[in-house]
Amino acid sequence: MRRILSILLENEPGALSRIVGLFSQRAYNIDSLTVGTTDDQTLSRITITTHGDDRVVEQITKQVNKLVDVLKVQDLTEVQHIERELLLVKVYARDENMRAAITRIADVYQGSIIDMGKQSYTLQLLSSSEKIESFLDLLRHESDIIELVRSGAVGIGRGDKALRA
Amino acid sequence: MVQTQFNGSELVVKALQALKVEYIFGYPGGSVLDLYDALFQQSDIEHILVRHEQAATHMADGYSRATGEVGVVLATSGPGATNCVTGIATAYMDSIPMVVLSGQVPSNLIGDDAFQETDIVGCSRPIVKHSFNCRNAEDIPTVLAKAFYLANTGRPGPVVVELPKDILNPKLKFEFKMPSQINMRTYNPSVKGHGKQIKKAVEAILNAKRLVIYSGGGVVLSDTSEQLKELVETLNAPITNTLMGLGGISGTHPNFIGMLGMHGNVEANKAMANADVILALGARFDDRVTNNVNKFCPNATIVHVDVDPTSISKTIKAHIPVVGCLSTVFDQLLTAINASPEKIDRAAQEVWWEEITKWREQKCLAYESSSEVLKPQKVIEKVYEITNGDAYVCSDVGQHQMFAAQHYPFKKPRQWINSGGLGTMGFGLPASMGVKMAFPQSEVLCVTGDGSIQMNIQELSTCLQYGLAVKVISLNNRSLGMVRQWQDMQYGGRHSSSYMESLPDFIALAESYGHIGIKVDKPSELDAALEKAFSIKDRLVFLDIRVDEKEHVYPMQIKLGAIDEMWLKKGVKA
Repeated sequence: MRRILSILLENEPGALSRIVGLFSQRAYNIDSLTVGTTDDQTLSRITITTHGDDRVVEQITKQVNKLVDVLKVQDLTEVQHIERELLLVKVYARDENMRAAITRIADVYQGSIIDMGKQSYTLQLLSSSEKIESFLDLLRHESDIIELVRSGAVGIGRGDKALRA
Repeated sequence: MVQTQFNGSELVVKALQALKVEYIFGYPGGSVLDLYDALFQQSDIEHILVRHEQAATHMADGYSRATGEVGVVLATSGPGATNCVTGIATAYMDSIPMVVLSGQVPSNLIGDDAFQETDIVGCSRPIVKHSFNCRNAEDIPTVLAKAFYLANTGRPGPVVVELPKDILNPKLKFEFKMPSQINMRTYNPSVKGHGKQIKKAVEAILNAKRLVIYSGGGVVLSDTSEQLKELVETLNAPITNTLMGLGGISGTHPNFIGMLGMHGNVEANKAMANADVILALGARFDDRVTNNVNKFCPNATIVHVDVDPTSISKTIKAHIPVVGCLSTVFDQLLTAINASPEKIDRAAQEVWWEEITKWREQKCLAYESSSEVLKPQKVIEKVYEITNGDAYVCSDVGQHQMFAAQHYPFKKPRQWINSGGLGTMGFGLPASMGVKMAFPQSEVLCVTGDGSIQMNIQELSTCLQYGLAVKVISLNNRSLGMVRQWQDMQYGGRHSSSYMESLPDFIALAESYGHIGIKVDKPSELDAALEKAFSIKDRLVFLDIRVDEKEHVYPMQIKLGAIDEMWLKKGVKA
């Protein structure tokens, strides 16, 4: 099952490598990973999407928690949450038909065309990882992908509750 | 005039003094020369010069296992640091508190592939509890205080501290400020077991008809063997120990049913397999205990107490997990048990003990004796007799390790010292040296073999320098016995690279290092040789004992079987 873990950890050199190292050392999966600073200068926040059965996910959560640099771990999939991922994708846009089809898909998904070349469009989509997948499927149907980059998911719990020091 | 300003090297020394360090095990080199100079100019801390940094880590490790104190290692950057890696991993697997101070090239050269530069923090990352890149001299006291605190609290483990040469510079001076206490917002090991879980645990324990207590290294590390004994006797429960947990309860206690696991006693493994409640205390259901996890103790309710939540339900699902420090949880359990209106079903327990007694009667540790060749088991039994069961027994890794675990009942915790988790050959001799350093008046043995002893034999030189009069009991079978045993049992007897064709003359070797060597070739020579060896108190004695190379360690779990599916001897199932 897919899980999204939010991790608050000390903003110190080497802290990220301990997280990444733990995943490879114990043969856990990383589907995506993002890291950034928070409003608290002393803390970083990592979002990892992973998958595994309940036993594995329980171990992952415990093992991450055990790292000395880690302050808090939350399995976002266990609570109501919002998830977003940024996609930038460059596709062929050779003729009018192709351009119209791509524009239509972008409109429906509330994505946008942010750059164009002689033969290509670059699109941006901010959405859930699941919607990004179906967006890409449709694009592949109408055109060919030249280049693609995804930010990895970030997430936050709904309501007034917060993950902080 | 009172000195108020100190250079980085002096800060390290002052911090270690404040942390009450008595010994540092190490080896000098370019990046730590300033620190060695500071050590030279004081007398509170003794530096022990080893012959190889790996041995320094094992020595610190042995010292720690025997005393409970943090073992301290000092190595130079690059090869000095990487030589420590095996010792760090050994300590990590067995949860031994250790602080490894590693030199590093000056900060401005880090990343340039400078001479003797290695990213030791990176190299050791998967095998440490934590590590520090110390970058400012002012931080040294705080970093060291944190390192010691982390190493020796919660589930203990090794901590690496990297010290670049520039922060140890004797010309730059700072104030010495040792933190009075350590608070880390990200590190709060659990102490007390959750009340609800304790209640559930006690309910399960008191309703059990076939209870087994299974205790591990956690009892030894947390110095809770007295509380364990009280619990065992209150419940009159059978108790088994893991390899790491031996000595947690006396090996001669009537409720002790032996070690469990791969080479454990049949009665211990049978009791586990037939239990209705297993109370696991500071043990981690290691694969060398469980055998096939899918067949593991199907009818048992598992109560698992451990200070480290990751140990719980890692390999075997715990029905009643209790996270907490053993000393506190023991008190909670005992209080609740004594206060409970429910009492253990003594009639059912009597039936259970009868069953266990029957398994015991198989005498699973019996072996065929011989007047022609010496049996390794016989040697251990004789050593047990002559030392009255009081010696510190440090072991290397292999058949001799298992024979020692099986045939030397340990009276006390911390008396049995071996590399259980990592299985590091070469551990025994330096570990025994660390123990001897801590307890010079006690009898300290290194039980080893012709394979293991050669992995750190250079330390015989260190032994001479510091007058470490350990007894090396080498069970020489001219082969890598455990490898050979597996090849006999699973590879059609093809002894691929498991025998040694050019063994040194160990007696001459011991003598050339300035020690006493005694050779034993025949069973008839054993008693006299041991008597002579143990009458010598002030010199290291190396006993090179020729034992039967065909002997296998039994009992032995059958591959992929349940915990209690075992070979009793060749072709005979328990």
